[in-house]
Parts: sequence; structure tokens; C-alpha cells
Amino acid sequence: MGSEVYFDNNATTRVLPEVAAAMQPYLTELYGNPSSIHRFGAQVAQKISAARAQVAALIGAADSIEIIFTSCGTEGDNAAIRGMVEARPDKRHIVTTQVEHPAVLGLCQHLEKRGYRVTWLSVNQEGMLDLEELRNALTDDTALVSVMVANNETGVIFPIDKIGEIVKARGIPFHVDAVQAAGKIPLKVKDSPVDLLTISGHKFHAPKGIGALYVRRGVAFPPFIIGGHQEKNRRAGTENVAGIVGMGEAAELAQRNLMEQSERVRGLRDQLEEELLRSCPDCRVNGGASERLPNTSNISFRYLEGESVLVLLDQFGICASTGSACTAGSSEPSHVLRAMAVAPDWLQGAVRFSLSRFNTGEEVCYVNEKVPLIVQRLQGLSALGKLAGQQRAQQEKPRAGNGIGVRG
Amino acid sequence: MVQTPVYMDNHATTPVDPRVLEVMLPYFTEKFGNAASRSHTFGWESEAAVDLAREQIARLIHASSPREIVFTSGATESDNLAIKGVAESYRDKGNHVITCVTEHKAVLDCCKSLEKRGCQVTYLPVDRDGLVSMNRLREAITDKTILISIMAANNEIGTIEPIKEIGQFAHEQGILFHTDATQAVGKIPLNVEQMGIDLLSLTAHKMYGPKGIGALYVRAAKPRVRLRPMIDGGGHERGMRSGTLNVPGIVGLGKSCEIAQKEMAAEAERLTSLRERLKKKISDQLEEVYVNGHPTKRLPGNMNMSFAYVEGESLLMALKEIAVSTGSACTSASLEPSHVLRAIGVEEELAHTSIRFGLGRFNTEEEVDYTVRRVVEEIRRLRELSPLYKARKAKRHGRQQTESKLPERVS
Repeated sequence: MGSEVYFDNNATTRVLPEVAAAMQPYLTELYGNPSSIHRFGAQVAQKISAARAQVAALIGAADSIEIIFTSCGTEGDNAAIRGMVEARPDKRHIVTTQVEHPAVLGLCQHLEKRGYRVTWLSVNQEGMLDLEELRNALTDDTALVSVMVANNETGVIFPIDKIGEIVKARGIPFHVDAVQAAGKIPLKVKDSPVDLLTISGHKFHAPKGIGALYVRRGVAFPPFIIGGHQEKNRRAGTENVAGIVGMGEAAELAQRNLMEQSERVRGLRDQLEEELLRSCPDCRVNGGASERLPNTSNISFRYLEGESVLVLLDQFGICASTGSACTAGSSEPSHVLRAMAVAPDWLQGAVRFSLSRFNTGEEVCYVNEKVPLIVQRLQGLSALGKLAGQQRAQQEKPRAGNGIGVRG
Repeated sequence: MVQTPVYMDNHATTPVDPRVLEVMLPYFTEKFGNAASRSHTFGWESEAAVDLAREQIARLIHASSPREIVFTSGATESDNLAIKGVAESYRDKGNHVITCVTEHKAVLDCCKSLEKRGCQVTYLPVDRDGLVSMNRLREAITDKTILISIMAANNEIGTIEPIKEIGQFAHEQGILFHTDATQAVGKIPLNVEQMGIDLLSLTAHKMYGPKGIGALYVRAAKPRVRLRPMIDGGGHERGMRSGTLNVPGIVGLGKSCEIAQKEMAAEAERLTSLRERLKKKISDQLEEVYVNGHPTKRLPGNMNMSFAYVEGESLLMALKEIAVSTGSACTSASLEPSHVLRAIGVEEELAHTSIRFGLGRFNTEEEVDYTVRRVVEEIRRLRELSPLYKARKAKRHGRQQTESKLPERVS
């Protein structure tokens, strides 16, 4: 076991050694600009085609021409949503969910200010959408529906095919943010109702600074970043060749070992959850009853501050987070957990553990040993925690009357 | 003995300097944290690396604060953000933008898209050397002008524009000034404070850093530039550009700026002398060779020449072991003659015979001499195959050197 236990893989992942090795020639001797017609350009242009096919295979696209390389997931989401809105200037309505990643959330809030009507679909306590609510939200004015495949904070997986069927029955373009899902669960856009799909390399052991947007053949897609013929006039700017090569390699490796790795990681995650639920009083898994990504566990420690838990975890060399890294630094409670109506006394104490193929059983045991100590210490410090302790003690004796109504 | 292939297309892209690669590598596999992760060492380490890079970039262009550097995926994105962002944020102030005809496609296409949205765009002409005229610029402004976007140095002919004069004028007029400095950063001194630059686009891969990372300088004071972001989301980069930061790329960009700053003066001198050597040796041996661009206000590593009677594409084919280009890599798929050469008044036919040599940090004198020898050989051979050239030669022989209507010959 290394000196640090990295359980924050939904924030970003370590580049696989094979990926770094595949990239290295493109950071050294094969440095041409793929648009150049001389040999320096031609050799890298060929490699980009190969990487495009690898990425297409990971998401089960029919044709690699449907893959557009971008600089990150956020760019992909922006290009997709803005593109669909621009392509249908007469439509002024967007449907998305309350639990999207800040990339989609922030953009849709901006569009709302610009006069678009946005329907924010709600989720239940387990983080699940209501398909009837979706069906009722769609109108003739709807420009697109954008729904994430898997939630970055809780790992909850939405039934994309069912959602897509409802959306496509109305002839509305359907975008999915698959940034957290790609490389963790199987994806197959071919023969699916998905029109556009966003992924990002650094969530599956490719480097940061590279992403891709799938655009189904036949979907009109006005380019977002303009001023060059790259990516068949769909995304201007000199290609990040090394990043593309890395993403291709990572896609292939992820796909090759997908079932095996995800089962192994799921085993580790389940081991983590079961033990913590057993050993920590007042602790629960957010979204635990829903179908989830195999690597993600969002655990609330009642009455505690997630931030305080993280500080102590860090002292033990354990890296986790309270939620999205993209909103890290903000002290607002998670919009995802609020949408799930997590009660106030559970809301602040959420910690996200997200695993990857690099994690081991030994690391899980280490975390399972340290977390109860941290929780015990913090609950000892927390007045509410002490109250709760007394309450528990009282409840153990059969006794009439209500306990103390605790509100965090 | 010169090792082939020889790479002399450093305006298209440059090799990553080994010193740059060395500092980047740990950020892929060991220090892989998300710079926005605020709760553990991996995040802090990445954030610190990003902060250092911001300082290195700010120092190179003399920005008064590292906070004025916004990371992007490259210069094209920076140009998009600057131009579309200003147009959207200053809509209440006006809707007129001034640029010039020889800009990179990234700027031109953004301006065209503004026109579709109801903006007015003035495309300033340039003179035979590729320079914009200050008088024309003064005449072009209106009370609705919100932005002037003029490149620092041209990517095809290397002409360096009077950035300081433009910046000072823009500031006097209360108009924002953006410069696409993609080709200029790290090659010639730039000082955003002294030059009155409000927005400046740059990219790493033109200055021996990796592809996929660039930056936009956005002035934070006097005036504070407001910029509606293109990419919304988590609010990274002070809200101007969301998305997880490309930490290894940023580290590489920072290092390439540091190296460029340290070595700029000596390297500019070395490249200028190599360029002049290339020009002189070719011109001494071949007739009807014309230099495109300004004789002195020119990027040190740039030489753009027209070789009458020989299609640029044919020369490229013949010079398989030397990587040069006919113009911008970003428009290389097009068969149209370069818009830059047309703008400086090069006849269409001659424009098709033009070659851009882009000398860089790793080129040597031997490579220049080898290139000269091969260019001279191939031009002579190809001209001998050209009926037009033979006819012209015969005619001229008869007329005994009458004045040519083609641009002045290089001596």
C-alpha cells in the first residue's frame, strides 16, 4: 500500500502507465501538426484516426466519424447543449434534471437568464427520476433533453434507454453526460436513443485536457469553437495529439477489462460500505437503494461536517471529497443531496469515496479501520452528536414519548 | 551530414522541448490530482503547479498579475473566447469590431459569426509588406467600436504589426484591444502593460510546449475586461472558463514560457541570421524569387518566398525530406491561394508558388544549407519542366532585361 490512499477517482484518475507510454512518442519525436501535409503531419493524423476508433468502440458507436475530440467534458456538454439550441432557434425550452454536473447545470442556468424556459426534473430520495414527470415536461417547444448517465456524487445510474425512448417519441434531440459512466459501465450508443454523448478522458485514466463528444450521424451540429477545419469542421483548433492518443489507449484498456475491473471495484466498494455501515453509528449511503456505479459510495455521517471528516481523513493519508471537485471550495451543501431531500442533519456530513482499478483490498481495510475512529472523535466533539448519543442510550430503554427533535 | 527529414515548419507546430517534457511527465502518473480538489494533497499539489505556471506566463508577457491568465485548450479557443466574449459582454456599448484581412482563420471566422449576429466588422487592408495602417485604423473607428483585434505577428509571412501604436490608440479611444499573439509569444518581446493590450491569445505548441493547452490574457484593471464565458460550468478560471484544468499541459506551457523568456534575445538573433542566410543563398542562386512580408519587421524564424513558375505543392512533393509548407496548416487542406498573400497584393499565380519556411529552436546552419541546396536543385529542375518558364526565358533573353511587372526582386 502506498503512503496515500486515493479514493477520489470521480474527481480525476491517475494516468495508466500504458497510456503514458502510448502518449510519449507524440510528445517527443512524432510532434507534427496533423493538418500539415508533410510526413510529420501525416503520421500523427493516422494515429488520431486509430484513437477515434478506440473511443468509438468504448461507447459502442456505429462509426468513428461520430466522435469529435474536445478539450474536456465541460466543453463537450457546452458544445452539445448550445449546438442543439442553436440548431433550433425557434424552440425555447430545455429539459434537464436537478442533479446534473455543474457543467450542464451552470449552462442551463445561463440559458434560463437568456430567456429559455428550463424544466428541472426532480429526483426521489434515492436519486431516481420520475419518468412520468419527464413525459409531461416535453412540449413542442422543447429544444433538447439533457440527462446524465450516472451521477458524479452518488453514482446513481439513470435508465437512459427508457428516458431516451420517451424523448425520441417526441422527436426531440437527446444529450447524455456520460463523463462518470464511461469506462465504468458498458455503453452502447448504436441502436440507442442517444443523439449526443459527452465523455472525458481523465475520468478513466487518460490525461486531463482531452474529451470527446459523440454526435449521431445525421444530427445537425453547428460547431462551437470555430476558426479551423479540424474534426471535419466540427471543432476548430490544433488537435491535442498526445491527449487523443492517450484517450484512445485508455478507452481500449477500459473496454478490454470493463466487466472484470468493475466487478472487482464493486467488491471493494461494497466491502467499504458494509463495514462502515456496521461500525459507524448514524451513517447511511445516499442513493444506496438505486442502481449505482460500481466505484462510488456517498456516505453521510449524521450531525457531522463532511469537511471535518476530510481533514481528519487527510491526516491519515486518505483522499476523498464531499462532492464534485468542480464545486469544491464552495461551502454550500450538495445540490444533488438537496434534490434527494436528504434531511438537514445528514446533509452536511456527506463524504464521497470513489474507487478505481488502482485501489486494493488492503486500502479498503485501512480506510475501514480509520473512519470509525474519525467519526467517533468528531461525534464526541459535536454537541448534536452527543445529544444523539444520549438519545440512543435512552431509546435502548423502552420509553414513551418523543425524542428530542434534532435539526442540524 | 544532415539528418533527414528536416523539420522547417515551426509555424505549424514545434517539437516539445525536452526540458518542458521533463517537468510535465510527473503530472500524468504521480501528481495526477484535480487542481480543484480542495481536500487532499493531490489536489493541492496540482493547484500549486498551476499557480507557478500562471506566474511564468504572466512574467513572459509582463502581465501585472498571474490572475489575468485564463487557461484554454489552445489559441483558437482563446480567440473565440476573446472575440465572442467581448461582443456579448459589451453589447450595451456597441456592436462594431475592427480586425484585419490577414488574421488567422480563428479570428476571421469568429468575426464572420459576429456579423451573422448583427455586429458590424471592419476588415482593415494591409500594405504590400502586410502591415496595417494606423491611418486606416483611425478612420475605421466609430462610437460603436468595442474591440480592435489585430494579430501580433502573421503566421504566414511573419510580419510584425505595430501592436504598441494600436494598443495606445485603442486605450486613448476607450476601445478594447485583443491581439492573437500565437506566433509572437516567446519569439519577440511582448509587454501587455506597455503595449496597451487588453486580451492576448497564446498557445503552447508554437513555443516548444505541448498541443492542447493555451491561454488568454484578460486585463483585470485599467480597464477590467468583462468577458462572458464560452464554456459554462463549475466556474473555474474566475468564471471565465469552466472545465478541469489540464495540469500537465499547464505545467508544460509554464515551463516553455520560462525558457522562452530566458533565451529569447539570443535565439532571436540566431534565427534571424539563419533566416537571412536562407534568403540570401536562395536569392543569389535563383532568379525570380520574391520575398513575401516585411524585410525587417518580421518574426526571426519566418521566411516566405514565391518561386515563379513552380507550384508550391509540386515543390513540397519534390522536397519530401524537408518539412515546409505552402501556408497555414490550418487551411492547408484548401486549394485556394493564401488569403494573406492575396491581401499583400501577390498575384494569384505567384501566390500558388509560395513556400513558408519556419525556422525554430532545433534547426541548425547545416540544415539551412541543406535546404537551400535542395530548394535550388528542385526549383531549377521543375522550372526546366515548365513551358511557361522556358517561353518567358526565351522572350526575356530577346528583350534583354526589360522591367518586370512582378514585385521587386530580392537582392
